[in-house]
Amino acid sequence: MATHDITLTVNGAAESLTVESRTLLVHALRDDLGYTGPNVGCESGKCGACTVEVDGDAVKSCTILAVQTDGSDVRTAAGLADEGLDPVQQAFHDEHGLQCGYCTPGMLATTHQLLDENPDPSRAEIRTALKGNVCRCTGYGNIVDAVETAADRLAETDDESEARADAPELEAED
Amino acid sequence: MTDDAPTDPPDGTDAGSDALVGESVDRREDAALLTGDATFTDDVAAADLTYLTFARSDEAHAAVESVDASAAESMDGVLAVYTWDDVADSGVPGVLPISTHGLDCDPPGHPILARDRVRYQGQPVAAVVAEDRYRARDAADAVDVEYDPLPTVVDQRAAQEPDAPTVYDDAPDNVAAVSELGDAEATDEAVAAADHVVEVDLTNNRLIPNALEPRAAVARWDAGDERLTVEMTTQSPHGHRGKLSTTLGLPERAIRVVAPSVGGGFGHKGHHHPGEAAAAFAAMDLGDPVKWTATRSENYLAGAHGRDHRTTAELAVDDDGTIRGLRVETDANVGGYGLGGSLSMPSWYGSLLASQYDIPAIHCETRAVFTNTAPIHSYRGAGRPEANYVTERLVGAAARELGFDPAELRRANQIAEFPHETAVGATYDSGDYELGLDEALDAADWADLRDRPDRDDDGRYLGVGLACYVESTGGGHESGVVRAHPDGTVTVYAGTHSHGQGHGTTYAQIVADELGVDYDAIDVNEGDSDATPTGTGTFGSRSTITGGNAVAESARAVREKARELAANLLDAPVEAVEYENGEFAAPDHTDETRTFADVAEAAYGWGVPEGMDPGLEATTFFEQEETAYTFGTHVAAVAVDPETGAVDIERYVALDDCGERVNPTIVEGQVEGGVAQGIGQARYEGAVYADDGTLETDSMLDYAVPRSFHVPDIQTEATVTPSPTNDLGVKGIGEAGTIAAPPAVVNAVCDALDPLGIAHVDMPLTEERVWTAIREAEQ
Repeated sequence: MATHDITLTVNGAAESLTVESRTLLVHALRDDLGYTGPNVGCESGKCGACTVEVDGDAVKSCTILAVQTDGSDVRTAAGLADEGLDPVQQAFHDEHGLQCGYCTPGMLATTHQLLDENPDPSRAEIRTALKGNVCRCTGYGNIVDAVETAADRLAETDDESEARADAPELEAED
Repeated sequence: MTDDAPTDPPDGTDAGSDALVGESVDRREDAALLTGDATFTDDVAAADLTYLTFARSDEAHAAVESVDASAAESMDGVLAVYTWDDVADSGVPGVLPISTHGLDCDPPGHPILARDRVRYQGQPVAAVVAEDRYRARDAADAVDVEYDPLPTVVDQRAAQEPDAPTVYDDAPDNVAAVSELGDAEATDEAVAAADHVVEVDLTNNRLIPNALEPRAAVARWDAGDERLTVEMTTQSPHGHRGKLSTTLGLPERAIRVVAPSVGGGFGHKGHHHPGEAAAAFAAMDLGDPVKWTATRSENYLAGAHGRDHRTTAELAVDDDGTIRGLRVETDANVGGYGLGGSLSMPSWYGSLLASQYDIPAIHCETRAVFTNTAPIHSYRGAGRPEANYVTERLVGAAARELGFDPAELRRANQIAEFPHETAVGATYDSGDYELGLDEALDAADWADLRDRPDRDDDGRYLGVGLACYVESTGGGHESGVVRAHPDGTVTVYAGTHSHGQGHGTTYAQIVADELGVDYDAIDVNEGDSDATPTGTGTFGSRSTITGGNAVAESARAVREKARELAANLLDAPVEAVEYENGEFAAPDHTDETRTFADVAEAAYGWGVPEGMDPGLEATTFFEQEETAYTFGTHVAAVAVDPETGAVDIERYVALDDCGERVNPTIVEGQVEGGVAQGIGQARYEGAVYADDGTLETDSMLDYAVPRSFHVPDIQTEATVTPSPTNDLGVKGIGEAGTIAAPPAVVNAVCDALDPLGIAHVDMPLTEERVWTAIREAEQ
């Protein structure tokens, strides 16, 4: 089995590893690098528990080979906040949007992509966006609530940052 | 009846207005799950970790002629390949225990690797251990098994035909057990005497539980201590310890089962399957830790399924709507092997056939039938959804046939006085069934829904459906420890296991109230069979009743001892000591006070009076002697598109009464999740076997687990009727949604299609099935 030396950035950390051609990204992350946030639920791209952000896109990490992500920037649930919870995680907590939590890391990744692309989604749009992420515990209603809440809070934060950006003395650093 | 449950502590002090029980306290479990810090079984890392994978049978029924593992053994990275011969040579029993109580035959238990015959597709034949999971899979595929195929049967009615293939030689008609509940003669008389007899012929579809985390185990053998540790996806750590003990021939003291974070259970993780035992067998043989994680397809092929009943039933009703009797005959598929008590599950399913109604005569005959399919065991509801579906479909059909409002027919027959013993032997403890019905009807705007025209402007047929239910909850014993440490912080241990239910939060709420200790000073531990006194586990909607009362009782014992210690410290008689807001005082004797932490420190130091043992902890084995019956009414409103067969659930209202609600948000979460699974059964899910025993729905590509756009917003409502069966006044809620939702949705669709003369469509109500029923009705 041919092997490949690849480098990734995972949650801001540079990682180098050797993978077989067939190694799935999810197994490279979990077994080789120890990032166990993304979970394996179906190994057929149907459940979404393994979803991570690869260069900003929500990707089911059981449907992509690790070697395909050479040079990519990968973010898992552990990389969402420097400490504590980011606004999406906080909203899932506040709305009781998780029970067993196995689907949750994938839900968070999909939600981040949705809100990046559509900051003010309708409930129907949220349900459509989450169609690739199965939750067996919650019945989805609280997850949809959580995404709405996260969207509202992010919008408020954006408004505040815009207000700050308008004031020259408070201009944010890059 | 609301006065029976004491709400104040027995020492007469006030639990205070700061009581946490009844509050929707935020879940403390969430942070680790949201950040990926939680450890699920497959996350467990270990030095020299190895991976086990099974070679499984492609055949559904065959004699195993030979197993050639030589090619697999010679592959790179392969450490061992095991077959049944290796298990037999080791002297380990190697057979999963089975309860044969009440059976008409004596089937063997499930061997962890096939002995000489396979009885369902996916049965494990050989186990491969390799250095990584990919090599283990490669080698498993290289195991060469020669089969002599046998004829197969997958349907429980076909299996009873005279010329049907035989799954077990000593059960020539494939019937494992015939059981009866109720009075046959009285029921026959009621049916003969009634003005009307309403009949249904129903399939309760075969389901796959689908906890999102597949089954997994990491087994380690410590040769020095001669102890086995198995971290695994279990709902019942002590239950699995006992089953591993039997399967492996090890004493229970030599086995430690640890359940880390578990990604959903739904009954499936309460049963013993070959994987965890095979991983333990391999770990003991190799000396290295062995990880086994099922793939989703393996979980589908070889994990226990649920439901799969075929039932004919008759409801005897008089002109005035009085229900006189209920006669039921059920053929229950039990699959190719019994697992634990699975073969006797059909024998008690009928005990909930009365639903909420005062039915004087009920008789239920059930046949448990072997087939060449995966074992059937309890899945969320475990017999209750099957029973309630029969009764609620019959009542719905009776209302349509006899021209009653379905709500009024139910009201006319609802049980109003408690306790009430049904004709099938269940004693309902408490309830206000009519109030629950009224509240549900109000919340759903029932009258408006009933007044809708037959079709909407788009030509869709409109319908509304009801289901009442009762759910038997609790039962058995549970362990609960409350241990105060010298600094006054507290650790709680319980024999239940939380895998989404939030026990860490709810038990801490209960103990905080009972003990008068700050919620944040209380940790809750579950899941380690070494740390926790032998418990029973989490299933059957039992944890809040049994585990909750166990920790509450221990907390009260600790509180009482703390009060005695405080009396000593305050130099006052015990009767004079009051305890409020975390402080002990004896105002008639002294101005001094002592905190709980002062008392805890004294308990482990020099403050223990003569005659009292040091320490401040209590262990309770709580026994729930009487079952608590949760109840409720669910309403579904649907629109059915005759062109496509699509069913749109436009409205769903769930009214549930589970007694006192420790944490209403968690309760509502349980209801909503259960309803989603019930809607899954009603609309989407169904395991399908081909006649040759091939599971056609062997992945999430083919088996339709409900997704975000399949489940409507669910409106949850509650009434609160405290249960007199326990001090907390609680009842279980875990399975309510799966019990109520299927009949509510199917009754709504039947109501919608009534103008077309369609009285029945079997679940799941897929577009194709509904469309076909409409086309056939039009012809």
